[in-house]
Amino acid sequence: MSQNRVSFWAGVRAEFPLLIAVFPFGMIYGVLALNAGLSPLAAQAMSAIVFAGSSQFITAKLVHDQVPGLVIALTIAVVNLRHMLYSASLAPHLGSVSMRWKALLAYLLTDEAYAVAINEYDRNGVTPSSHWYLFGAGLALWSTWQVSTLIGILLGATLPSNWPLDFALPLTFIALVIPALKDRPAVAAALSAGIIALAAYGLPYKLGLILAAMVGIALGTFLEGRK
Amino acid sequence: MNIWAVMLIGGLVTYAMRLSFIYLLGRFDIPLTFRRALRFVPPAVLTAIVFPELMMHGGELDISLGNARLLAGAIAVLTAWFTRNILLTILAGMAALLLLQLLG
Repeated sequence: MSQNRVSFWAGVRAEFPLLIAVFPFGMIYGVLALNAGLSPLAAQAMSAIVFAGSSQFITAKLVHDQVPGLVIALTIAVVNLRHMLYSASLAPHLGSVSMRWKALLAYLLTDEAYAVAINEYDRNGVTPSSHWYLFGAGLALWSTWQVSTLIGILLGATLPSNWPLDFALPLTFIALVIPALKDRPAVAAALSAGIIALAAYGLPYKLGLILAAMVGIALGTFLEGRK
Repeated sequence: MNIWAVMLIGGLVTYAMRLSFIYLLGRFDIPLTFRRALRFVPPAVLTAIVFPELMMHGGELDISLGNARLLAGAIAVLTAWFTRNILLTILAGMAALLLLQLLG
């Protein structure tokens, strides 16, 4: 039992530096979700139901633009595709835990929880209590995300409505995308997607966004394959 | 579709992807092309959102020095490049936009 507890707290501790970055991100989401016209309850519920940062930002924006629900759901699916990779990467380390644990850990599987868990498993291997490590990291992130969303919602209700708060969305995405531009295929993926998004801006239901993303992903993958 | 249905579907799809391989352990391997493609999802999707936000103005393309959002976005890109800090990037871009709107 106590080994489980040690593993749990080690996961929480490893997650801590990431929480400092996630906290303002959650607050900005809360502010933007209200700004986009979501009710406080819906804004908070999305942090529990979807529980995936960038896709929540995008959903708030698309809801604001009155895009049909099916297109929004499709966009969420594309943006969150990477979780399948995390799932595949962690699967061999979670082979021996019960189905109940798998169901719980899958819910808590985010970029940030994955990052610290895979680092731990690669370094120290798998022990009978190592799923508690992922549980600790995931739960720490989950709690932080819920609380920071709530603070953002409370804050958002008090900010003057003439501030250009919606501009925080492209700014946040710029901050996320720049570090990802590590090589030519990544730059090509980004630029082609951006240009297609402009060219296809007039398409109905914001389908230009999905089209642009698909072209960018395809071009990046093609260029990477040729190397 | 109302917002609750959208969130529920989006949440279920996301959960299914998170559970996928943990549940299917060892029964499938991710194809190499798919694995390769995933790295390009964030730059492609995020840029596809950022470009129109900065360069479309009232449904028209506006790539001129008179476009305050484009200039403020450029300042944010430089800030992100040199600091790699999300909060600083947002603050710099927001300050630039407020200043440009004040001057313009």
